Amino acid sequence: MKSPSLRAYAIAYLIFLYAPIILLPIFAFNDGKVVQFPLKGFTTQWFVQMYNDSQLGVAVKNSLIIALSSATLATTLGIFGARASTRFNFPAKGSIMGLIMLPMVLPEIIVAMSLLIVLLAIGVKLSLFTIIMGHVLICTPFAVAILSSAFQSLDKSLEEAAYDLGESPFSTFRLIILPLVLPGIISAFLICFTISIDEFIISNFLGSGEAVLSVYVFGQFRFPAKVPSMLALGTILVLMSILLLTIAEYFRRRGIAKTGGKDTGGFL
Amino acid sequence: MNNNGLMARIRRSEGASGLAIISPTALYSILLLAAPLATVILFSVLTSENGKIVWDLTTSNYETVFTHPVYRAIMLRSLTVSSLVTLATVILAYPLAYYISFHVPAAKKSMWLFLVTLPFWTSYIIRVSLWRVILGYNGVIDSALMDIGLLEQPLNILSNGVLSIVITLAHAYAPFAILPIFVVLEKVDRSLLEAGQDLGESKLRTFWRVTLPLSMPGVIAAVLIVFIPTVGDYVTPELIGGGKVPMIANIIESQLLKQRDQALGSALSVTVMAIVAVVSIIFLFVNRKFLGGAPR
Repeated sequence: MKSPSLRAYAIAYLIFLYAPIILLPIFAFNDGKVVQFPLKGFTTQWFVQMYNDSQLGVAVKNSLIIALSSATLATTLGIFGARASTRFNFPAKGSIMGLIMLPMVLPEIIVAMSLLIVLLAIGVKLSLFTIIMGHVLICTPFAVAILSSAFQSLDKSLEEAAYDLGESPFSTFRLIILPLVLPGIISAFLICFTISIDEFIISNFLGSGEAVLSVYVFGQFRFPAKVPSMLALGTILVLMSILLLTIAEYFRRRGIAKTGGKDTGGFL
Repeated sequence: MNNNGLMARIRRSEGASGLAIISPTALYSILLLAAPLATVILFSVLTSENGKIVWDLTTSNYETVFTHPVYRAIMLRSLTVSSLVTLATVILAYPLAYYISFHVPAAKKSMWLFLVTLPFWTSYIIRVSLWRVILGYNGVIDSALMDIGLLEQPLNILSNGVLSIVITLAHAYAPFAILPIFVVLEKVDRSLLEAGQDLGESKLRTFWRVTLPLSMPGVIAAVLIVFIPTVGDYVTPELIGGGKVPMIANIIESQLLKQRDQALGSALSVTVMAIVAVVSIIFLFVNRKFLGGAPR
């Protein structure tokens, strides 16, 4: 079945999808203060300007602290959630799992605002820590989803064999299960890290004005003079997320190969 | 030993260990999600005085939400904009999902899916902001078209707030629409299509009468996945609409943080949740009709 018009449409659609990302490096290296054609020549001054922006440095550091903590906590909670949901039947399983996965289908502003109302009511001071609390909440469902497929493809007889050979439940988990689901854990961690770095609404409302990367970028785009250096930053971020995703995808595929499963497609 | 008793004991212990393992994750969600949501529902029927909540049961917050012209207008606009976004995203995504499923060789399918999902993993804020630069007055589109002489005056697409928001969000949520449709199309039994054509139906009619109905569950999933987050989108109306086209999320924020009216803000939040729930239930109901087999 060949259909040239459908193929043309698919290519046009990909161009639409990639247009902003292709424009990023073009204008990040363009020697002009305004983002418009015709191009004015090559420069690296926007990268220098970005590098010398001390506030940006603080924002990056804060974002890294938030993303590393959130990804670690969410992946840990995700391991518990995925292990319990794939291996055990327990009372109220449907509603408990539903609650854990709820942030995936709830508009983020609702999650952020309801948490904010409670934090303000009990008088918790907003800080990086409150942002982490929110990020763990929205990252955990993704970790559970990714890890569930890792735990699902686990052969139950391996575990039973370990019990028969005298291992305790804990040592079985450490020696047999953990190594087999490790690729899933790494890919869940990387996805949570990416979500947290990218997240805006919670970072904006649950923080107390500390510079966080996404919030900082959001603010800077309002000043036309700052746009080119933000494009330089965007170029670097795009390269980094492509790198992270490639690593995550590599581990996910390796995990599936390890447990003898069949590849059923990418993320989501 | 009574076999029934043993089974019950094993089941009970399995239930107990399952609960023990799920408890950290479940407790976290109960404390940081269920409890705050319950608080919002409670606050929505209380009264707000000078930025504080007073224990005075009332329905006046909801009356304001549904009768005050400003809130009604903003809710209607949010619903219209997110419906338009959903419509545009799903209609644009369907042919691509169809192309990947039916025309791309099996070995290249996962590469196409990777290509489609890749832009989604790059910073949301930067992608949205870029559309502002692309669509804006004398921006990338205007300057490019005038540069090659196709245009005399700048188009300034950005000045049309709703259109700009639709373009931006249709771009941002594209993979969310493509993937569920693709997954369902992959499951369509190809022999049904051959049968349709053997029986003398044209390709277009086979698509219309077989493929499209069979893929409806994927389309409905795509509609929900796009609609739910766009109703509550905060960033795009702010950055692209320039604050001139506020949607529900922006008004919730201004009630809670700027006006410090927590009761009204809570009522607005509950209303958004109710809208999302009602829309989901309607579509899941429609979906059941499609899954239920032949229409009566």
